[in-house]
Amino acid sequence: MSSPLLRLERIRHSYGVQTVVNDLSLTLEKGAIGCLLGPSGCGKTTVLRCIAGFEPVSAGEIFLSGVKVSSADFFMPPEQRRMGMVFQDYALFPHLDVATNIGFGLHRLSRTESKLRVDELLEIVGLSDVAKKYPHELSGGQQQRVALARALAPRPDLLLLDEPFSNLDVSLRERLSLEVRDILKTQGITAILVTHDQYEAFTLADEIGVMYEGEIQQWDTAYNLYHRPANRFVANFIGQGVFLPGKVMDSRQVEIELGLLSGNVPQDCESGCDVDVLLRPDDIVYDDASSLRAVVMHKAFRGAEILYTLRLASGGTVLSLVPSHHNHAIGEEIGIRLEADHVVAYNHPVTSSI
Amino acid sequence: MKDEAYAATIKSKATGTGFSRFFAANPHRKMTGWRWIVFFVAALVLIPIGVIISSFFSPASDIWQHLVETTLPGLLINTFWLALGVVVGTTLLGVSLAWFTAVYEFPGRKFFSWALLLPFAIPAYVTAFVALGLFDYAGPVQTALRAWLDSDLHWFPDIRSRLGVIMVMTLAFYPYVYLLARNAFLTQGKRSLEAAQSLGLNRQQGFCRVALPMARPWIAGGVMLALMETLADFGTVAVFNYDTFTTAIYKAWFSMFSLSAASQLASLLILIIFVLIFLEQQFRSRMRYAETKKSQHADRIKLTGWHPWAVIGFISAVLFVAFVLPVTQLVFWALDSFVRDFDQQRYLEFLWHSLSLSGLAAFITCAVAVLMVYAARRHPDGITRTAVRIATLGYALPGAVLAVGVFVPIAWLDGQLSELALQLFDIETGRLIQGTLATMLIAYMTRFLAVSHFPIDSAMQRITRSIDEAALGLGLNSWSMLQKIHLPILKSGIFTAATLVFVDVMKEMPITLMTRPFGWDTLAVRIFEMTSEGEWEQAALPSITLVLAGLIPIILFMRQTEKTS
Repeated sequence: MSSPLLRLERIRHSYGVQTVVNDLSLTLEKGAIGCLLGPSGCGKTTVLRCIAGFEPVSAGEIFLSGVKVSSADFFMPPEQRRMGMVFQDYALFPHLDVATNIGFGLHRLSRTESKLRVDELLEIVGLSDVAKKYPHELSGGQQQRVALARALAPRPDLLLLDEPFSNLDVSLRERLSLEVRDILKTQGITAILVTHDQYEAFTLADEIGVMYEGEIQQWDTAYNLYHRPANRFVANFIGQGVFLPGKVMDSRQVEIELGLLSGNVPQDCESGCDVDVLLRPDDIVYDDASSLRAVVMHKAFRGAEILYTLRLASGGTVLSLVPSHHNHAIGEEIGIRLEADHVVAYNHPVTSSI
Repeated sequence: MKDEAYAATIKSKATGTGFSRFFAANPHRKMTGWRWIVFFVAALVLIPIGVIISSFFSPASDIWQHLVETTLPGLLINTFWLALGVVVGTTLLGVSLAWFTAVYEFPGRKFFSWALLLPFAIPAYVTAFVALGLFDYAGPVQTALRAWLDSDLHWFPDIRSRLGVIMVMTLAFYPYVYLLARNAFLTQGKRSLEAAQSLGLNRQQGFCRVALPMARPWIAGGVMLALMETLADFGTVAVFNYDTFTTAIYKAWFSMFSLSAASQLASLLILIIFVLIFLEQQFRSRMRYAETKKSQHADRIKLTGWHPWAVIGFISAVLFVAFVLPVTQLVFWALDSFVRDFDQQRYLEFLWHSLSLSGLAAFITCAVAVLMVYAARRHPDGITRTAVRIATLGYALPGAVLAVGVFVPIAWLDGQLSELALQLFDIETGRLIQGTLATMLIAYMTRFLAVSHFPIDSAMQRITRSIDEAALGLGLNSWSMLQKIHLPILKSGIFTAATLVFVDVMKEMPITLMTRPFGWDTLAVRIFEMTSEGEWEQAALPSITLVLAGLIPIILFMRQTEKTS
């Protein structure tokens, strides 16, 4: 059994008295694309910079292919780690043209080898026709691709991407992240991405770690993060949803205002205990025939659907995603029905500060 | 009724009175009048340049022939070596100091970063005569060494040499390179170096392959400024008796009394300057794209072991030679002359002349700059922009060249005027403008308009068109807009501009020397006269006064940078 490509073992990083990363562990297998996702200030970029070797760790260890690269008393300089990095602002060298930028890390290769590799990468990122241009002459998307090609050129063991799409406009962001995923997958690159944008994380990554206050709250697939959030923070951070009070009936069932839900109930809950149940907009469906009624409070038109915010008879609020031909005015009463095949429930807030 | 009045106010605001039309930015209205201010000032700069360049093509007098045969080859050789020496010296000193203070962390770094600008406060010609006084055969250094070693010191290098001039100018002008290179290293931020590291380069390689090439436009820009100062310098080379174009122009005019020879020499110098301006503009345009935005400052590398002491030692040595030593020597000389034969009345006269002249020049220059900035704001078109660029070109002209260029047309105008007066009114007017303060002030304004234009223009950039529109929309009329919005925003820019011009005029030597009214001696003139007779002590007190004035812009700059960072 070979060791994983990247392993972080309870690393810690502090600026002065403030601990930014706290006992964080993760592993990434070869060929996988991982992602650290979280709001700004959660410490995700610091983790990336620790892996790259731009920041020291104050406790814990980082291993690359089983070799220790960082610990409290050992530090391998970044230039020896064989990692590529794509920076948030790209950090292209403004005094060099595109081809020279891409070939910058190939200083150990001969001139011909280096040229071949640069041409190959220009081909991969589709920039062959701008090879002789300078960074300031390129569009944002092109600069982003140069940054990617430059990081990939020396065939790094691990590619680090620091908010790589945050400087691009939204429409370009989605297209480019799909493109980047294709390139990474066909080249068999192991990569780790840092972002605050969950859709970017969903498109690009195989596994995602949701970070908050210097810790990974849940390391999982996008599907599980959405449908099986490990805690309230993840449930709130990923996707949309609201909490409704509920009562545990038995180990498989919870009752809420809208009906009975089956699924996993918090483990330390016995029958009759009060819980908060997460309801996603797709858990509530529109049904004219239903006897359950709710009043439209807000509506947000989204093209194919309308996202309604509805008030229940009890005064509680739920969200519902409804096909947009069911167009109702604010204040109108509509029929709804619960359609969820699992339950996500948490103990009452006393246990959690989030 | 009330509504009608309101509508009328709105309407008058929309169409505007002449005054508000001037201050408010609205490109749609035709008001070409204000543009003539800029054209007029541009013409003021173009006339001297034109006069001088035309003399290049006018038939050579025998004096010119004589110059070509005797002094010109020497002038060219001297200028070439001086320029080369200062370029090499300021580059090495400026870049190394900038790198140390921008990238490394060592005790006292913050203090040293500022202190390294202090040599800016000492005019080069002051450093020059102090160096001569210190290291000459009769100076204290050689005298002490002779006594100590009991030798005649024939091996001691002659300070009055090409190398001596180069060293003095390097010490006086390195801050230009230091300032720009440091700025480049700081704004590059850590990203570029990190990117280089992530691509397998260590710090040292990163410096050579990334930081230095990226800073190249800035370094070149700084070197170019140092070079312009070198070519424009008059006082230093005069003290050292090292003949360059500026001293040759002075001699041709005041010893050989040939204005045409002077202007022909000036025309050669101006051609060299134009080549440099062209190069400088190239660098500046490249600087724009090489700018990296909003990158974090790099964490400084902490120096350990003996390294910080080596860096501190190097910086202290530079500071000592370029600032501490000259100032200390000046103070001793000044005290010396103070107890021996201090003529308070003469000194106060020089001081009064300097201060009043600088104040007047600062006022006029800033007033013109404000008018120009508003005119350019009213007419943001190509012609006006070009005119503004021409009008601010004067700063590149060496004072000696400008003095000739301003004097020639004024002498001609004087001739015409007195001719006219004689014919029309039969009055013997004599010289009207020549040899008056007006000549001097025109020359100063031409040379220092760029100095005042820049800060005022940058302040004006902050008053965007929408600010004006918002103010009008909130019911301000043009007067209250000027009072409540424009003046408060422009105030600090105008103040900075006035201070810079004030100090520059105080230090300016060749223009003052060559265009002043008879007997109108300033501190700079006094320094020139005393040093050309080797009376170092007599020049010390005026020099200290100039150094103190020179400290003001540095302090201003420090405070401004502190505020923005």
